[in-house]
Amino acid sequence: MRISIFVFIMKEPIAELLSKYPVNRKEGLLPILQEMQREYGFLPEELLGEVGRHLNLPVNKIFAVAAFYDYFRFKPQGHHHIQICRGTACHLAGSSTYLNELEKHLKVKAGSTSRDRKFSLELMNCMGACESAPVLRINETFYHHVTPEDLTRIIRSIKDKTD
Amino acid sequence: MQFNIEVNNQQVSAKRGETIKNVLDRIGIHVPTLCYMNGFSPTGGCRMCVVEVDGVGGLVPSCSHPVTEWMKIKTHSPRVLNARKVLVELLLAGHPDDCLYCERSGSCRLQDLAAEMNIRERKYIGKRRKIQIDNLCSSIVRDPAKCVLCGRCIRICDELIGVSAIDVIGRGTESRIGTAYNKGLNTQTCVKCGQCIMVCPTGAITEKSNIHAVIEALNNPDLFPVIQFSPAVPASIAEEFNIKASKDILNLLRAVLKRAGFRQVFDTSMAADLNIMEEATEFIERFKNGGKLPMFTSCCPSWVRFIEELKPQLKPGLSTSFSPQQIMGRLIKNYITSSAGQKSENVFVVSVTPCTARKHEADHDRMKSGNSPYVDIAITTRELSKIIRLLGIDFNSLEPEPSDTAFSMRSSSGNLFDISGGHLEGLLRTIHFMMTGQEMSTLKINELRGLKQKKEARVKIGKVVLNVVAVSGLANAKMLVDEIEAGRESFQIIEVMACPHGCINGGGQKLDTDEKGLKFRMKALYDVDEEEIIKVAHKNPIISDLYEKYLAKPGSEQCRELLHVSQFKAELT
Repeated sequence: MRISIFVFIMKEPIAELLSKYPVNRKEGLLPILQEMQREYGFLPEELLGEVGRHLNLPVNKIFAVAAFYDYFRFKPQGHHHIQICRGTACHLAGSSTYLNELEKHLKVKAGSTSRDRKFSLELMNCMGACESAPVLRINETFYHHVTPEDLTRIIRSIKDKTD
Repeated sequence: MQFNIEVNNQQVSAKRGETIKNVLDRIGIHVPTLCYMNGFSPTGGCRMCVVEVDGVGGLVPSCSHPVTEWMKIKTHSPRVLNARKVLVELLLAGHPDDCLYCERSGSCRLQDLAAEMNIRERKYIGKRRKIQIDNLCSSIVRDPAKCVLCGRCIRICDELIGVSAIDVIGRGTESRIGTAYNKGLNTQTCVKCGQCIMVCPTGAITEKSNIHAVIEALNNPDLFPVIQFSPAVPASIAEEFNIKASKDILNLLRAVLKRAGFRQVFDTSMAADLNIMEEATEFIERFKNGGKLPMFTSCCPSWVRFIEELKPQLKPGLSTSFSPQQIMGRLIKNYITSSAGQKSENVFVVSVTPCTARKHEADHDRMKSGNSPYVDIAITTRELSKIIRLLGIDFNSLEPEPSDTAFSMRSSSGNLFDISGGHLEGLLRTIHFMMTGQEMSTLKINELRGLKQKKEARVKIGKVVLNVVAVSGLANAKMLVDEIEAGRESFQIIEVMACPHGCINGGGQKLDTDEKGLKFRMKALYDVDEEEIIKVAHKNPIISDLYEKYLAKPGSEQCRELLHVSQFKAELT
């Protein structure tokens, strides 16, 4: 079974992660989830049960808490994780067209991961760099004052890298 | 501390700690509510119960706002009335507007509110939410598009059932009632008790309807449709169709079902008697040979699922006996209809219960031999009343019809199965007889009756004293189990029913049940216990006949094969 293999592999790391937090103390939930997200890049369904057992919380409650925050992801990130700013300044600088371009060329919907897990696209509310609008971030690299030509080049370069 | 407050220019006394709504209820002023549930924590989320308080800027929700001294309240001022109206109009803005085709049309709180507020046109048009209907579960269907986010289902699942299968997912305009990872209810810890259906104000949560399948089976010439009904069903149907309790409801119901086209009509109480015999034998064996105690009853499918999903370490304590519904199905398919000259594959067993979890139970993989399920279709009392109306059967023109199959003889012990505490009462009567060879001096066990959700009793059987308890409401059971695991309480037999007060208040019963209706149903069953001649399961002639002909003796090899679960779900994810 797919799930049991995954749990088998992940069981030890998650046990180590959980051992840092006291049992049955609900206030540990958000720190645990944050650490899980840093560790795995998303919150795997199979491991929320382990967290629930540790804190004595139903899985649905944990999911409801996590789903409240945009920060938490429930699907694995793509190889190229693209974050595009949709704040006011970036919007005025044309980020909605850029978003459409990205969605079209990379065949990925906003907020999700492409089927081949090469690209994932995330919308940011404001990245705090309004003076350099429009901005986007791919993995650890920031791009500022992006022009349409820049965008075409960026798309081509990340497409080439994965092929 | 007592003090005065002013409501609509009238002085009333109030106590510290009360909410405004408590006071209004006491003096008979009605404010509309939507998310408010008596006895549950108030959330003040729907704002339908707002009132105007002098000196406070905004309107305050009366369900959660505490009273203070010399508070001046206006409950029906123009400002309040307008606010309530706009609230309902906003709720309707995103509603699908398919009342004609809605399951809950006529019993919908939102519809009632719109009528109460005299809303007769659509003022706001909102964005329609497109969320997929969750109909993968065999008992419960969720249609989030009709949801008004009142959160009643969440609170009942948290506080009464203790399962938390659903919660608010997302934030702001994106929030909706959902499950972890947006999967179907079938993959969740949901125990299918159906209490969320009972509290849902709209048609967002409904049962999965099997009416069509029943009608089809009734009209299929190749099939031999038979029906079994639970002890609580006759009283509930009588309540639904306003038939006086003094009438012979049981036989009237038989006549109705016969008229509907079922070839044979069975009373599940008989199978309950058999369940008592098996469970009593199992308990005595465990008690004498040091087996696993406490023994949990296993007649409630929600409770069994609860243990399988959330407390697997308790599985050895569960009685292995099938629930009465499944026992009846097995008996009908294996023995009864063959004596009427029918092949078991042509027999179509329909079961009427006050329960939505029974649908899940009937559909369960371990409740099938090969491809043929023991019970083909389970329907609720709500569905049965719909079928009766659909087929145009008039209660008044029918005469009560006594049973024509010998297999409908029952004891009143089996008939008590649908009340919390009743199953235990019947079980103890038979255990007493099996252990001492004598009947109990008084068959009635008063400690196990009444409207409490946890009923403890100490019962003397010969020289031993048994500590027993009946709990209803799974959250109470969860608490009890935790106490037992911590070693603070100990019992020999524990009867658990998922719904508060047992099946009489089940998720498949009439909607909007109040305490009066509950007492009516309870009284109907206890009255049978007063009047019936056979009061104990081991005196039921059909049961001894069955053992003599087919099953050898209680707990025998044949019984284990036919009436017991060989293993509970082994692996847990």
